[in-house]
Amino acid sequence: MGEGRQRVRRPVFAARRPVMAGSAVSSIRIAPSAGYVATKATTEPALVRWLLIAAALLFLGIFLFVPLGVVFVTALEKGVAFYFQTFRDPDTLAAIRLTLLAAGIAVPLNMVFGVAAAWVIGKFEFRGKGILITLIDLPFSVSPVVSGLIYVLLFGLQGLLGPWLIAHGIRIIFAVPGIVLATIFVTFPFVARELLPMIQAQGNEEEEAALTLGASGWQTFLRVTLPNVKWALLYGVILCNARAMGEFGAVSVVSGHIRGLTDTMPLHIEILYNDYQFVSAFAVASLLALLALMTLVVKSVVEWKSGQQLKQQILADGEEKP
Amino acid sequence: MVFKHRSILPGFGLALGYTVFYLCLIVLIPLAAMFLKASALTWHQFWHVVASPRAVASYRLSFGASLIAALINLVFGVLVAWVLVRYDFPGKRLFDSVVDLPFALPTAVAGIALTTIYAPNGLLGGPLLSIGIRAAYTPLGVTIALTFIGLPFVVRTVQPVLEDLDKEFEEAAASLGAGRWRTFTRVLLPTILPAAITGFAMAFGRAVGEYGSVIFIAGNMPMKTEITPLLIITKLQEYDYTGATAIAVAMLVASFVFLLVINLLQVWSGSRRSAGSVKDFGPLNADLRPAWEKGGSE
Repeated sequence: MGEGRQRVRRPVFAARRPVMAGSAVSSIRIAPSAGYVATKATTEPALVRWLLIAAALLFLGIFLFVPLGVVFVTALEKGVAFYFQTFRDPDTLAAIRLTLLAAGIAVPLNMVFGVAAAWVIGKFEFRGKGILITLIDLPFSVSPVVSGLIYVLLFGLQGLLGPWLIAHGIRIIFAVPGIVLATIFVTFPFVARELLPMIQAQGNEEEEAALTLGASGWQTFLRVTLPNVKWALLYGVILCNARAMGEFGAVSVVSGHIRGLTDTMPLHIEILYNDYQFVSAFAVASLLALLALMTLVVKSVVEWKSGQQLKQQILADGEEKP
Repeated sequence: MVFKHRSILPGFGLALGYTVFYLCLIVLIPLAAMFLKASALTWHQFWHVVASPRAVASYRLSFGASLIAALINLVFGVLVAWVLVRYDFPGKRLFDSVVDLPFALPTAVAGIALTTIYAPNGLLGGPLLSIGIRAAYTPLGVTIALTFIGLPFVVRTVQPVLEDLDKEFEEAAASLGAGRWRTFTRVLLPTILPAAITGFAMAFGRAVGEYGSVIFIAGNMPMKTEITPLLIITKLQEYDYTGATAIAVAMLVASFVFLLVINLLQVWSGSRRSAGSVKDFGPLNADLRPAWEKGGSE
């Protein structure tokens, strides 16, 4: 190879040096318009690039776009009239109502909790903070089925509080309260998790200024903190809502599957599907898929908006201290 | 030894009190109730259920399929993150936002859609069957569903790391004579590996407990295509509360160990990356830097 002399000086890449150094040097000379001077040395040949893009898009296409497409195509397989027929069925309507009810209770409760948790974790330094964050994340790492089971073991017939509840005529499991509880558990961390990084990134300075100027605690929170994190809060709530309406495993355990009474939309999809009413199952599924798509759109908008907000802040900071 | 550092911001007591109260009410007390229930079992009873052949078969399927799915997501997640950060192509923003679909799409919807696609007469199930591969109602079907569920994790953990990466390192590697492949394996891969492994662990953890998207495509044959969460439900439907509790406790302990591993991994990757933290579940794109600071993309 005739590389012996160079290897002494550059032991690491000596073997490949003549070829690569040549191309790196030439790229520095011929690519002045590309922003980066050495663009060609830090990118791949066009063929490799297109192969990688094709492989990635094929993967995303097969795993994401095909399932999404199948939901809508199958839902409309028997025509638009049949599609809307599904939503005249009283059981379907009852399922939609119950889903809205469960999400309507779970989401506001988790929102209040999320704001409180993000405030205390993001704005204060205290002992045990790490443990608190881990405990808040806990529902993420519990299987949905186990999430439902814990309420059955607490409130069910053979549960710890079961006999007392029966004696007082209160039904939680196989009834609406159980469904609401399971939904709350599964969507518990979402708002807190979305808010926390934003609240931390804001720092305490603006709130401290407001308090020094005589604002009350609530005023400071409503006028200073909340406007700063409103986009993250919105996304947290939307994501929480999407999961609340779509939860299947946990709700399935506590529901008892009583048609028209304790069936949520995802459970109703299962019933229709197992009844071989595929088109109706997909019609109900298409509503939830639309909800998921809306969630993704909101996410994109929120990312863009909060990016804008941060850009303005950076600009404003730049003017303050030039 | 102070519990809390001084701050003039109000509401510490109220917010902390409410947070802890709500946490106990919704999460900690019900979880404790399950462990209390399980503690009524003798060790022998517990072991009899947890180590029964049917349960062991379900662990093998749940953990095996989750591992394969997470490995697929590890490889393709790094690929997708790389392509989304480094290259420009039409529809890039669309593909970027659709990556989060598995977080937003209800699992039951995913379940029936994947089953329809991979059924013997389905869009992809038909062609697969003609080359002798049965997808739906086999462990392969379970793996496909779990791959779908875990898809966003690796992409979303690796993406911000790649965006933060200074091109100078690659330029240095290139000017020292390294080829692209060598730069990738020696310079880029070690940098993104902690984030990629964190994403891998999250995808695996999520897949092990997954229920909704799997039960439609699995076929649910005991000993063959029965996942552990389904076994818990089966036991509950047979009113075998002790059996369900024992298996649930075993699963929960496994997920706690996993949570610990993920946290350790995050500490590790955090120490490797000075700025920013690895993104967590279904979040906003944590990269909120203004566009002019993001090198390369856009």
